[in-house]
Amino acid sequence: MRGVRRAKWAVCGLAAAMVAAGCGGGGGDSGGGGGDGTGTVRSSWGDPQNPLEPANTNEVQGGKVLDMIFRGLKRYDPKTGKAQDMLAQKIETKDSQNYTVTIKKGWTFQNGEKVTAKSFVDAWNYGALLDNKQKNAYFFEYIKGYDKVHPTSGKASAKTLSGLQVKNDTTFTVQLTQKFSTWPETLGYAAFAPLPRAFFENHDAWVSKPVGNGPYRVDSYKKGTSMRLKKWDKYGGPDKAQNGGVELRVYTDVGTAYTDLQGGNLDLADDIPAAQLKNVKQDLGDRYINQPAGIIQTLTFPTYDKRWSKAGSEKVRRGLSMAIDREQITERIFEKTRTPATDWTSPVLGADGGYKAGLCGDACEYDPKKAKQLIEEGGGLPGGKMTITYNADTGSHKDWVDAVCNSINNALDKENACVGASIGTFADFRNKITDRQMRGPFRAGWQMDYPLIQNFLQPMFYTNASSNDGGYSSDEFDGLVDRANAESDSAKAVSLFQDAEKVLAKDMPGIPLWYQNGNAGYSDRLSDVRLNAFSVPVYNEIKVG
Amino acid sequence: MGRYVIRRLLQMIPVFIGSTFLIFFMVYALGDPVAALFGDRAPDPATAAQIREDLYLDEPLWKQYLHYMGQIFQGDFGTAFNGQPVTELMADAWPVTVRLTLVAIAFEILIGITLGVLSGLRRGRAIDTTVLLLSLIVISIPTFVSGYVLQYLCGIKWNTVSPTVSPDAPLNELLLPGVVVGLVSLAYVTRLTRTSIAENVRADYVRTALAKGLPRRRVITRHLLRNSLIPVVTFIGTDIGGLMGGALVTERIFNIHGVGYQLYQGVLRQNSPTVVGFVTVLVLVFLVANLLVDLLYAVLDPRIRYA
Repeated sequence: MRGVRRAKWAVCGLAAAMVAAGCGGGGGDSGGGGGDGTGTVRSSWGDPQNPLEPANTNEVQGGKVLDMIFRGLKRYDPKTGKAQDMLAQKIETKDSQNYTVTIKKGWTFQNGEKVTAKSFVDAWNYGALLDNKQKNAYFFEYIKGYDKVHPTSGKASAKTLSGLQVKNDTTFTVQLTQKFSTWPETLGYAAFAPLPRAFFENHDAWVSKPVGNGPYRVDSYKKGTSMRLKKWDKYGGPDKAQNGGVELRVYTDVGTAYTDLQGGNLDLADDIPAAQLKNVKQDLGDRYINQPAGIIQTLTFPTYDKRWSKAGSEKVRRGLSMAIDREQITERIFEKTRTPATDWTSPVLGADGGYKAGLCGDACEYDPKKAKQLIEEGGGLPGGKMTITYNADTGSHKDWVDAVCNSINNALDKENACVGASIGTFADFRNKITDRQMRGPFRAGWQMDYPLIQNFLQPMFYTNASSNDGGYSSDEFDGLVDRANAESDSAKAVSLFQDAEKVLAKDMPGIPLWYQNGNAGYSDRLSDVRLNAFSVPVYNEIKVG
Repeated sequence: MGRYVIRRLLQMIPVFIGSTFLIFFMVYALGDPVAALFGDRAPDPATAAQIREDLYLDEPLWKQYLHYMGQIFQGDFGTAFNGQPVTELMADAWPVTVRLTLVAIAFEILIGITLGVLSGLRRGRAIDTTVLLLSLIVISIPTFVSGYVLQYLCGIKWNTVSPTVSPDAPLNELLLPGVVVGLVSLAYVTRLTRTSIAENVRADYVRTALAKGLPRRRVITRHLLRNSLIPVVTFIGTDIGGLMGGALVTERIFNIHGVGYQLYQGVLRQNSPTVVGFVTVLVLVFLVANLLVDLLYAVLDPRIRYA
């Protein structure tokens, strides 16, 4: 049996070789650098859904990059969420409708080109034009001429927004279609970023390696895999990068990113998998961040459906809101990564910005007895039954929908009064909502575009607004919003918006469920890690070493 | 031989057309993907209409299919929603998955056949029982379990290998994922080889060879193994396609940016050009692998001839 013995040796030798080779594979580059501001942050990333154009990026992953390579007229303070001047010298108006924007001198793009008034106007015209299919085109909808460059159907009849005029290198004027006193505060969003000529002249090259004017420049970009950003040494702004660069690595599975973080292979994972929420405190200690983000989850009622909008329905809707034990659900199912909602905005706005805890009143407090009474007074559930519709493919919504239904069923002492109804894909779910096919409340998540109370109310509840999926319409609400938009004093505007919110509390067209938090974990190599109001890590402040 | 190969290649054409149509149809049956591009927000109708027009989504399904096939014959597999041509995605993803599959196959062949021969020759002894028992355990563990467990043990607990694979996916980092991908098949290869060897070891030609005084090693490798490998080769051939498709799970666990990753991403975003393109190539790989297996039969067993 000599041959057999030899074969045994071969197996063992092979196994040893494999282990040895495997060992060699470990480690890899660890970024290098000490506490001298040259270290690289290795951060988790998801493949951006759209090409990285500022006006075409509507999700967090692409937003991360834009936040690093671009600076616009305003920037939202990472701590307070307040809009502060960045490139803007001043933005003046007399009537809250005609604005004159003056930009600071001395800013350049990373290819040496100067940032001028034209850089902004060209970029905004590009973003608004229908032919360019930019998903954030609606950001420019308040500018005069938008209906020409972006008609709701048919072809664009103009190439540029008539409301934008370049006066000289540093000044341009903006004419809006309506009074909008807080408009300058919307300008911190990436869609309003300036663009260099290279973007228009050699678009493909620009998209494969974007050039901006922010604290980082793109060093290399391998689509779908990774992006390396280096600190831009010539950056003249006040918020210079405190590290040498950022390496964004695409992960398909947040669980894998978390494993890599534990294995010391990654420095920052900005989405903790639900399955790990129980262990994350123990694993990371105070290197786990769980803070409010500008996202609110609601249950929207199809008020276009007669059964949900007849007289007395508002009592049913209010009753349902009271039947939901938000406290318990956020604790048990979300491990406190959601906070029970008591208004229709978000805590990231701060008290000055319009967030007011408890504005919803007792309608958002759990009170099963009163809930049952209210629902019965309002004529009971339409047909004695209701469904909560959600999409099954992402976000594990089933868990909480079942819990909400359970809570409602308990309050009503009925076994199957409320059941979850799943729709296979998110696209299909959205299509059914847009086609107004919903016959009962459905889940809705709202991520703010800019930290303004207006953005939480108008798009969702104003008559025929772009995201008014429930078809809610109230003259009282609309009137208050109009008045708030025309109000030049921001404190007064905010209080008018809050009055409008009280109308919502009365009518309950959508039940506020909870505020969503942003969460992240980081390795012990990093310090000064924070998420901004959009739950994007503030990369330029992170220190390595 | 040549005519046989040509006939087989021609047979692939209807299979190719049929499978692309089925996949195309199934992906499109999921519904209109454009709405999902806008997040939780109602899509702006004008922009959505423009995107639909660009992607030919406003045409009836059969027209879309004809248009797609027309593109394919010009070497254009369409564009993913993020603006990247699908051919570019393929050029990035296929080499990675092919490497991973090769690692897995090499692992299967080397260890699987060796173990199979060992236990087949010593049927009923301790080593045979051990191998059978171990392979049974391996077969009963799903890939994602072994993947996560091995990743945790090797990558985090003992910290001997990197728990995930870097973007370039060099061969040494693919060893652990390769082992995970190939583990179940390895068990099957072992068992198939064992049975085949155990059967043939009592065949007349083996006895004759031994009686002629040939060295035992030569009898095993030349006479016994060659005749016993036919079922194993069949299995490995069909397994190539399975491994590439099955890498979907493993590639996610180890963050490998190969075919499985692109397919997963494509399905999640209902990105039909990506899904149809990748699955079509997978179908082709499957067909070619099967053809190669059939040709290998003739090499292993001279009695088999193709005309």
